[in-house]
Amino acid sequence: MPEILLARYALAIFWLARYVERAENLARILDTNATFARDRQGAQHWHSLLELHSDQERFAATHTSPTAAAVLRFYVTDDSNPTSIVSAIGMARENARILRPLISNEMWAHLNVFNKWLQTLDDQALAPGDLTRLFNRIKESCQTHTGITDGTLHRDQVSYFYRLGRYIERADATTRLLDIKYHTLLPHVADVGTPIDIGQWDAVLRSAAGHYAYLRAVSTGVTPSGVAAFLLLHPRFPRSVAFSVAEADRLLAVLRTRHELAGGAAAAASLGGLRNELAMLDIQQIIARGLHEFLDHVQKRLIAATDDLGEAFFDTGTGVGSRVTLDQRQA
Amino acid sequence: MSRGDVTQAIRDRLGGLSIAEFRRRVTEAEAELSDLGVTFTIYSDKDAIDRVLPFDAIPRVIPSDEWQIVEAGVRQRVTALNLLLHDIYHEQSILADRVIPADLVLANANYRPQVQHFNPPCGTYVHVCGIDIVRDRAGVFRVLEDNARTPSGISYVISNRHTMMRAFPELLEQMALRPVGDYGHHLITALREVAPAGKSDPQVALLSPGTYNSAFFEHVFLAREMGVPLVEGRDLVVGDDDRVYMRTTGGLARVSVLYRRLDDDFLDPKAFRPDSMIGVPGLMRAYRTGKVTLANAVGTGVADDKAMYAYMPRIIRYYLDQDPILPNVETHVCRDPDGLRFTLDHLEDLVVKPVGGSGGYGIVIGPRASAAELAACRAQLQADPGNFISQPCVDLSVTPTLIGDKVEPRHIDFRPFAITGKTTWVLPGGLTRVALQRGSLVVNSSQGGGSKDTWVLA
Repeated sequence: MPEILLARYALAIFWLARYVERAENLARILDTNATFARDRQGAQHWHSLLELHSDQERFAATHTSPTAAAVLRFYVTDDSNPTSIVSAIGMARENARILRPLISNEMWAHLNVFNKWLQTLDDQALAPGDLTRLFNRIKESCQTHTGITDGTLHRDQVSYFYRLGRYIERADATTRLLDIKYHTLLPHVADVGTPIDIGQWDAVLRSAAGHYAYLRAVSTGVTPSGVAAFLLLHPRFPRSVAFSVAEADRLLAVLRTRHELAGGAAAAASLGGLRNELAMLDIQQIIARGLHEFLDHVQKRLIAATDDLGEAFFDTGTGVGSRVTLDQRQA
Repeated sequence: MSRGDVTQAIRDRLGGLSIAEFRRRVTEAEAELSDLGVTFTIYSDKDAIDRVLPFDAIPRVIPSDEWQIVEAGVRQRVTALNLLLHDIYHEQSILADRVIPADLVLANANYRPQVQHFNPPCGTYVHVCGIDIVRDRAGVFRVLEDNARTPSGISYVISNRHTMMRAFPELLEQMALRPVGDYGHHLITALREVAPAGKSDPQVALLSPGTYNSAFFEHVFLAREMGVPLVEGRDLVVGDDDRVYMRTTGGLARVSVLYRRLDDDFLDPKAFRPDSMIGVPGLMRAYRTGKVTLANAVGTGVADDKAMYAYMPRIIRYYLDQDPILPNVETHVCRDPDGLRFTLDHLEDLVVKPVGGSGGYGIVIGPRASAAELAACRAQLQADPGNFISQPCVDLSVTPTLIGDKVEPRHIDFRPFAITGKTTWVLPGGLTRVALQRGSLVVNSSQGGGSKDTWVLA
């Protein structure tokens, strides 16, 4: 009998992976910001963070000013904010609930407990002195999740859709990370090349756990274009956009060949095209084109690929019944 | 081993544990169940709360000679139910012979004329049956209720055994217990037996109302135990060829057998309730043309309501020419003028139940009811007698249960499970529910009941 995976399960595992990856990336960015945004530009760093998911308007609707405490609460414990960590893990757990027939007890129980713990966090947990411990625990919980998944998830289609979601989300998150710092830094021409400037770009690296990896891989020291090149184009750093897109492209190819799924040509074209671009371009060309514009272009390609995956695999046999929500970010 | 040997062994072994240690292990076991989401959902007016079913660690022991009676009685009952349903949906000879009143069947809300003359594979209607049994003061097992639609609780039976093995390994050591862990294997085997004719290696799936159903955990549990997909209505589509397909990443894939855990009413908005969002349009068309098997069959609800229950002894004699191995609890059917009169005359001594209800809702226990409750019950009985039966208050048996830091007697009931494909298999065990409130007779989980492991001795 051919291997069968319900379209709804494929959608759920894809988004389960994305939500956990999203929570981990958010924890990384918040952690770095909380540690390194204590300087004279501190307020601006917290404000620019709100551009991460274009959240400025929603934040302004319920808050007066983007203080560190307000932004942290908004992104960590505010369950009315769909882009908060508690919401992301809540959505991951809802998807896991759908996937209970497929995933291990360990995977489910861990997410269940992680989610329950996040629900108990209050402002006390966000006190400045406790932040590092808090974000470490969130990151570790996300990594425990990926470890349990790696150790228990059957290596059939499910596992490929899971990793496809993880790498598409990671590529997207890394472009957003670069994009917010791009906004922070460039308007202040006077600061470019000063210690603050370098410190901010180093903070970007640390957000992506790339500080020492960078120092090992790049001999020229921390420069803005060096960091951008490393996080965008490095072929072997596991959080770079190029690495993540190449992985996503490879995983989709396996689904379409070894697992004999006929659909997905459009998504394969999107991911393959992006992979080639990232392999061909160098950072100077990208900066000449405009870094922000390029990051925007990458994000749009990733969104298009996600939509294509949705049409090809997550809602097959259309005509009768309800259409599944493809972009759960908007749901 | 006799019951005495086993209970003495349990007593000795439990005696080696302090109450604090005992309590600690139960608490940890319940925390593990909570982490795993082994929960059921309680619906109140505004909230839906996930709860762990309280677990009592003192097992209930059934020696093999007593089990043989239960097993034979359950088998007999399931056989009669299947014969009854086949007759109702074909010749209706039991109605012609006036053994049961025709309007009890034909006017029943759960009678489905849509499946008249339909032949389910192997003649099996009730593939999964849960029969609620109590034990009276004289030690006689009596049937309290038949559940022939979508009986639940099996996941707790197996989960309780796992909890015992993990939390109290010393209690089980060297005990010769009948296993309960192969339920899923028996279920998938039976479901494959009843697949549409000519279908080799049929695809089986479990059809669930979805993640927000109170029994969703059990649906997941059974899908996993059988190794089959858990599908919702929106995953399925009925083709122009009347076959049922599920939407997969590779396109449409045929499904031949659905173990459905939703009621008839919700199966197909084209055939039953048009507002059902969890059903599959066209499913009844596929079913009637024999392209898909539904388990349990459509229309079984007519056989398990509480008015039909009163006739079960006669039904068993009619089809099997045998006396019931498991007697009923004495039952007064209020649709009979005599039954109504008796019920009204003895209301304060009787338990009054709505015939179609489940989950313990709507039951009035005469001896415990206030004057106002009795008056309300009396008014309901007079307004709609056909909707009620009454029974004497059975003095339910009790079993030792840990309450606070003491072991106290608590009332229990018992639900064994039978699976029927070509033949009937009865799980050697079942769900023992316990009323945790002192003196309470209501064991339903929605009303403060708990459960305990049931040891059928080999």
